[in-house]
Amino acid sequence: MRRHGLGRRLPRGVLHLLIVAGGVVMLYPLLWMIGSSLKPESQIFSTSSILPSTWTVSNYTQGWTGLGYSMTGFLVNSLVLCALCVAGNLISCSLAAFAFARLRFPLRKVLFALMLASIMLPLHATIVPQYILFKYFGWIGTILPLVVPKFLAVDAFFVFLLVQFIRTIPRELDDSAEVDGCGRFRLFVRIILPLSIPALATTAIFTFLWTWGDFFTQLVYLSGNPASFTVPVALGAFVDSTSQSSWGQLLAMSLVSLLPIFGFFIAFQRLLLDGISTTGLRG
Amino acid sequence: MQLESRGSQARAVRAWLPRAGGLVEQGPGRLPRRKLSRRQREALAAYLFLLPWLVGMVGITLGPMLASLWISFTRYNLLSPPHWIGLGNYDALLHDPLFASAVKVTLLYVGVSVPIQIGFALFLAVLLNRGMKALGLVRAVYYIPSLLGSSVAIAIVWRTLFGYDGTVDRVVELFGWHNPPAWIDDPHTAVYTLVVLAAWQFGAPMIIFLAGLRNIPKELYEAADVDGAHRWLQFRRITLPLLSPLILFNLVLQVIGSFQAFTPAYVISGGTGGPASSTLFYTLYLYQEAFGQLDMGYGSAMAWVLLVAIVAVTAAIFATSRRWVFYMDRQA
Repeated sequence: MRRHGLGRRLPRGVLHLLIVAGGVVMLYPLLWMIGSSLKPESQIFSTSSILPSTWTVSNYTQGWTGLGYSMTGFLVNSLVLCALCVAGNLISCSLAAFAFARLRFPLRKVLFALMLASIMLPLHATIVPQYILFKYFGWIGTILPLVVPKFLAVDAFFVFLLVQFIRTIPRELDDSAEVDGCGRFRLFVRIILPLSIPALATTAIFTFLWTWGDFFTQLVYLSGNPASFTVPVALGAFVDSTSQSSWGQLLAMSLVSLLPIFGFFIAFQRLLLDGISTTGLRG
Repeated sequence: MQLESRGSQARAVRAWLPRAGGLVEQGPGRLPRRKLSRRQREALAAYLFLLPWLVGMVGITLGPMLASLWISFTRYNLLSPPHWIGLGNYDALLHDPLFASAVKVTLLYVGVSVPIQIGFALFLAVLLNRGMKALGLVRAVYYIPSLLGSSVAIAIVWRTLFGYDGTVDRVVELFGWHNPPAWIDDPHTAVYTLVVLAAWQFGAPMIIFLAGLRNIPKELYEAADVDGAHRWLQFRRITLPLLSPLILFNLVLQVIGSFQAFTPAYVISGGTGGPASSTLFYTLYLYQEAFGQLDMGYGSAMAWVLLVAIVAVTAAIFATSRRWVFYMDRQA
């Protein structure tokens, strides 16, 4: 029998070496970013080495105010935006999910299908009229166009996720609550929500990560008002206007912008990885 | 265990329910209620719960979608009222060399980066599944690029790494390549730096494959061993068919996502799509037309073409999937 490449058993040591080498390649851009942010400008392009030969934090101190406004302001803008979006998604998606999972009402199947269909809808299909609408409201240059839709359960994926989760909560709880005269809103707040905490946590974490990293919609709605810039928009604007001499600062501030994501990853690693393997959620 | 915890939950619920009961009904000064049937009350409650979602569905999703279709038949720059031009925008698209170039670049990007990404993901998942010390750490290391990769920050790193006389040049020098192309400044190579960036993010599909591999019954491989099937045959006849539903899943997600890639192209080219439109992704051109030129009609037409293209490609993938996706439960 002819033997193919995979046919022979790779010795375990070689396999491990391959995987470790692959890991180094994967991490190189990140380690390079960290190293370069601590190098003087002249060293960034002159070597492939990650470690700086002279260490400096001037990229951080100068870069902090180097984007026109203070980085503090951009971070606060991003954090406020993320907090509001998380709140919006938690409230609106769980309300809708409860209705779909637990209540009977006319047109339920049609609306549910509509909700599912909207999950895959590319945002470009709606962004032009949305922009016109929000411009008419005078909301361009504010975070309202980014936040208000979250309070209207536009992220249908999370509605679906929560529906699936609520369906696993035993119905006997609803029934006994109803027998005891508990209204539906109380049932929702006092029983369903507390039992849905794992799915709500997934919703909150991914909403935070996506909002923190989103560039396109924030660029569309915030450009023109630098005071409202979030971190990605500020970085994007800085790239456009940067001179060749400030890459170190740019890399330093880019690194700062990734820190919250690192933090979330370290804190919620299990939840993130499980979320991906069970639902296909992306980082 | 499960039953017991359910029981205690129910008990906990009972404990506070008596307080909840009755209060609502007895409150003085309430409006006299019209008698509604139980079913009507449930429907009413459901629509109250759905209210935010309904407003969003009509006002932010469906309404704008239809509006976008209508706007695509007009010339509209936000300053003067929309002017109906019928199929004018679509006709202009057909004759627009930048549009043709954007379509080509995007198809190239999707067509090259998605198979590479899925191939890497599958390959590493199979390797890692053979058992590994510190699997958790390895998984994390391979996954982190997926988590960070679509950010502006990483696009900036890419632009710096592949920049003029940059670090990538230093690295390839180590391997004896002394005259590398100008990467992001060369129209022939710029888009491939974006492909590399996409390929680097194979961690998320890899995690999905790993979960799938763990669900393949070991006995299948043991039986194959007994029959003397070598590993490659086992991979082709057992692993691939049983993973094919997940391959389909990852393929669809990646294709839909890649068609909409925007951030890396924007950052690497400084928003221009250059050099020579070689990184002018579809969505970047749409952005320039709609929000740079304020040509809302043209932008909407492009959005509808994109929507139709994505639906068509997804439908095509599903249509072919009948031939190559294997569902164990349907065979049994």
